[in-house]
Amino acid sequence: MRLILEKRPQASRLMYFSSPLLAIVLTVIVGGLIFAAMGQPPLRALYLYFIDPITNLWSIEEVLVKATPLILIGVGLAVTFRANVWNIGAEGQLTAGALMGSIIPILFTSWQSPLALFCMLVMGMIGGALLAAIPALLKVRFGVNEILTSLMLVYIVHLLLDWLVRGPWKDPFGYNFPKSIGFDDWHLLPTFGDGRVHLGLVIAIIIALILYWVMARTIKGFEVRVIGAAPRAGAFAGFSQAKMVWFCFLLSGGLAGLAGIIEVAGTIGQLQPNISPSYGFTAIIVAFLGRLNPIGVIFAGLLLAVSYIGGEGVQIELGMSDKTTQVFQGMLLFFILMCDTLIHYRLRFLKGNGGQL
Amino acid sequence: MRKFFGVAAAVLMASAVSVSVMADDKLKVGFIYIGPPGDHGWTYQHDQGRIALAESLGDKVETVYVENVPESQDAERTITRLARQGAGLIFTTSFGYMEPTIKVAEKFPEVKFEHATGYMQADNVSTYSARFYEGRYVIGQIAAKMSKTGTAGYIGSFPIPEVVRGINSFLLGAQSVNPDFKLKVVWVNSWFDPGKEADAAKVLISQGADVITQHTDSTGPVQVAEEQGVYAFGQASDMSAFAPKALLTSIVNNWGDYYIERTQAVLDGTWESGDTFGGMSANMVNMADFVNMPADVAAMAEETTAAITSGDLHPFTGPIYKQDGSLAVGAGEVLDIGTMLGMNWYVKGVDDQL
Repeated sequence: MRLILEKRPQASRLMYFSSPLLAIVLTVIVGGLIFAAMGQPPLRALYLYFIDPITNLWSIEEVLVKATPLILIGVGLAVTFRANVWNIGAEGQLTAGALMGSIIPILFTSWQSPLALFCMLVMGMIGGALLAAIPALLKVRFGVNEILTSLMLVYIVHLLLDWLVRGPWKDPFGYNFPKSIGFDDWHLLPTFGDGRVHLGLVIAIIIALILYWVMARTIKGFEVRVIGAAPRAGAFAGFSQAKMVWFCFLLSGGLAGLAGIIEVAGTIGQLQPNISPSYGFTAIIVAFLGRLNPIGVIFAGLLLAVSYIGGEGVQIELGMSDKTTQVFQGMLLFFILMCDTLIHYRLRFLKGNGGQL
Repeated sequence: MRKFFGVAAAVLMASAVSVSVMADDKLKVGFIYIGPPGDHGWTYQHDQGRIALAESLGDKVETVYVENVPESQDAERTITRLARQGAGLIFTTSFGYMEPTIKVAEKFPEVKFEHATGYMQADNVSTYSARFYEGRYVIGQIAAKMSKTGTAGYIGSFPIPEVVRGINSFLLGAQSVNPDFKLKVVWVNSWFDPGKEADAAKVLISQGADVITQHTDSTGPVQVAEEQGVYAFGQASDMSAFAPKALLTSIVNNWGDYYIERTQAVLDGTWESGDTFGGMSANMVNMADFVNMPADVAAMAEETTAAITSGDLHPFTGPIYKQDGSLAVGAGEVLDIGTMLGMNWYVKGVDDQL
């Protein structure tokens, strides 16, 4: 008996919606087996990993804090990937946004008004969009592969941040440690109560909803989908591929930059060499897990955040290595991509060898 | 702007704050690590301290640790989590955890915190560190005796006073043997990055350094030294197993005694906030065996170690000249502790700029 993949006459709607769920189920099953193999009670470990983080207010807050940048970057990337434009450098655009937005709290410390915070957010967006404009320009003018250029810029802007916090922006009273001054209260995002959830979460959700509406209800959204699905059809309809590259890079870069300044002004409160544990790269997983749909991205961002917080809980409660978190995230993406195959293909069992090799 | 939503949401959050419960009558002691215990360096030694604590106080304590905690906003959450889960005493073992530790300590006044190598204290936050520079002086002397090129290579993490102090002490030790001794420095901007550390070692060797030393946590550099046939020193932990031919000795940090003492103080109810800065005499810094060197060099190293331990020798005894040639410490004087803790200048002979 053989097992073959057969192309479906048309994409399966059932699988379209159930593939992420199937992927999660498979991750849970294989994850349980891994826990069992490591000598841990699988049910307890899975409970700590996926359920415990959402059982009390404190860890729910932490999940929301963690999900905020993932959602913001993820929705921009979802639109971009939908148009078949490949911005892999969101991590760098996040850093650029953090740098640009931090000009106000670091160099204009005395400007204390609500307007200062607003300007920081706008400058963060501009910073991210400016960096993203480089791969867009290279792509449109010279046909340079945007995957490479956007990725390489990540390392350049990281080094720029490193130089700034080590040199001109170093806290003069910080004992030479590479970090900027702590931001003034006026330059920090308001938080909800005494917790760590900040205004950034609200901004992220609103932007996700707006982008959902744009994609579903506007000509621009239609244009993105057409160019992504069939570039030639888009060209016949009068849609410009070059303008689409610009639109996608400026949008996703701007949102990544916004996520950067929100992370700095919302949770860290100063510039330092490490401002992001690879949010820009994790957001790629988030975009795909959310089916490149802005609403889906919200849930995907929350799920990945739960896996971070849960992974930490497993580490403390069961004394397991932090590598388990990474293994879980890797498995999740792997199973998603695997299950997505089932949208366009179906499995068939053939009796005998079917006369073929 | 911070307090903008304060009143509205305070009610909502009120139920979430401060629910820390003491797990039966055992004292839960938490540790936050910058790397994995398997780094065989800095974190490894802290974990050895934790194990010593668990063995010594047995069923009176329960120890937990979290590894690979980045010095970013994640640190604050991780420390909070330990406090919420009932830890009564928490050791945060890297410089970058300083502000997060202080922030969390404000929210959990009943929990005791101990931050390694920092300078910010509070009623429930102590600081502790070790005089690693004492060991640096000893290995500096050995390096000057063993080097043929008269140049050593130093792999630095971050240019904070603790690290700069080690670099200066190393070179002062070396210059006490060979006044023309030179030192090259490469910064890797990380405490633990085996790949980067190894690359830095290769760069230094290609620039003529034939002795490698490091203020980073992995065994990468000593392994490169072993491959390329130059000498090296172990950092934080005895690394001789990773470079049996290249390693001359290691500076070994001993945290176990301190952890046991502080934990006992919490159990007895006598814990008080303070600052501890212990060296060889306090048994917080030890030297591993002196190997791969002639007997007279080993004898000199033994002698220097004994002199520092007894207090007869202080590495920062004048005359000490800064890089620009100006006199920093007059002949016969000893550098004051304040300058030492905030050190941000190199001594003469360091081939690097801060």
